[in-house]
Amino acid sequence: MDCRLVVAQTNPALGDLRANLEDHLQRIDALAGAADLILFPELSLTGYFLKDQVADVAMSLDDTFLRPLLERSRHLSIALGMVERSPEGRLFNSLVFFEDGRVLGVHRKVHLVSYGLFDEGRDFAAGEEFRVIQSRHGRFGPLICEDMWHMPGAYTYFLDDADALLVASASPARGVEAPGPGLASQRTWNILLSASCLMYRTWVAYASRVGWEDGIGFGGGSRVLDPYANARAALEGLEPGTLSARLDSAVLRRARTELPLRRDEKPWVLAAELGRHVPLLRALRAEHALRDE
Amino acid sequence: MSELDIQPELVSELLVSFLREEVRSAGATRALLGLSGGIDSAVIAALCARAFGPENVLCVLLPYRLSNPNSAVDSQSVATHLGLALQRIDISAMADGYLEREGVSDARRRGNVLARCRMTVLYDLSVEWRGLVIGTSNKSEILLGYSTQWGDGAHALNPLGDLYKHQVYQLARALDLPREVLQKPPSADLFEGQTDEGELGFTYAQADRLLYCMVDRRFSEDELVAEGFEREFVRQVSARVVANHFKRVPPVIAKLSRRSVGHDFRYLRDWKR
Repeated sequence: MDCRLVVAQTNPALGDLRANLEDHLQRIDALAGAADLILFPELSLTGYFLKDQVADVAMSLDDTFLRPLLERSRHLSIALGMVERSPEGRLFNSLVFFEDGRVLGVHRKVHLVSYGLFDEGRDFAAGEEFRVIQSRHGRFGPLICEDMWHMPGAYTYFLDDADALLVASASPARGVEAPGPGLASQRTWNILLSASCLMYRTWVAYASRVGWEDGIGFGGGSRVLDPYANARAALEGLEPGTLSARLDSAVLRRARTELPLRRDEKPWVLAAELGRHVPLLRALRAEHALRDE
Repeated sequence: MSELDIQPELVSELLVSFLREEVRSAGATRALLGLSGGIDSAVIAALCARAFGPENVLCVLLPYRLSNPNSAVDSQSVATHLGLALQRIDISAMADGYLEREGVSDARRRGNVLARCRMTVLYDLSVEWRGLVIGTSNKSEILLGYSTQWGDGAHALNPLGDLYKHQVYQLARALDLPREVLQKPPSADLFEGQTDEGELGFTYAQADRLLYCMVDRRFSEDELVAEGFEREFVRQVSARVVANHFKRVPPVIAKLSRRSVGHDFRYLRDWKR
């Protein structure tokens, strides 16, 4: 891979598709060929706390509204967040990847979050798979916010030899206690992202949003980390902005030669252990045990 | 250092950003507030001055004939210190038109009427000023229910509502406010000699620590006692938190239709803003 990545840290207007599309297009057009891929935050096209607006802003992936993005994706790959209406009519919190004038891949948020101030389980259907997006610029593992807080997504992409995790987020800014420094939520994210770099020997791009929705602030802190967890580019503070970084395979190769964690991974051990936790697998295990006797 | 300590610069940055964006999304560019001479409204005045520029902030002093004269002096010193306009509107005639005429003598009822008169004036001025009313209630007051419903509890935005009194003091020190405002005992100044702590029966320092453990950290009663709080105090404060919950929620609507405002008509205030 050799990818000139741009991460856009935006402040989407809640429920205002036109304004948000305009903002996306401006940022895309401003790059004028100077990048290969632009990554936007979670629900970047719609805003986050939609509640009953979810159905109003949902659209299918062949909606003509998306045409300006498809056109631009001939020259720049685009990953953005939106409410996807599936052919069956389910509404997903999706990260959609446009390339070469078409939708190359879609990740539907698997780990919807429904605790604390979140209520996604009420508003969205949950995705059920993690699939690498094979782009002309690399193998990307898309994740949406809470997906990063559970192992299966990043781990699946690790098994599938993704070059980079693309993490789109709308993370609330929380935790102002001393001594800090900075927001506790941001420090936690940095630990989480860094640990993923180290455990999976991968590039990690994190697109987070800023702004306020009814008193809930979003913390920003977008960044690109290399497979050693060094920040190659980062946005601190509460303002919108963009950052760019070059993701190259030479760094990835060196990091993976130094620590061949993927080579030494034993997914079958996990599969066997999972048999104790997943009822269907447990039943199959028991059946096998009986047969063996 | 206390476990309630905050990073004042970070909080100030967040609240300035909050004020700017939420005022803008309400379609306004200016703000107004009732300046009481106390610490909460002084902090709000300072944050608004940073967020909107002093020329876009209107402070209103709303004395009653029995108000402590020091409140006016301290309010003026805050406004002068921050370079803000201070408008003085005496609510005595307005309040006494009801209180004296009807012979209301109960201190609590009188206090509530004064708070609601002030609210009425602020909301009226907000039309002329074309600005949003910024509230000054902090988390300690909101949880303890130490406010008047539809009085000081009524406002468009509340920057301090998630900060305990201890944290408001910390913020105030970082915002460089006049020393006399930082040092005087908190008072609603609704009747002579009133102080918050005298009326509540405990200090903010005690209540803040307890509320922090109870609400933010979700300690059970037994865990709070193990943490060193008197069981009686825990029960007294819990009872206040529960008894005053009605002040924290909008009026309850009887659900009759398939989709009712207040139950399953779910939109943020920032809907399509």
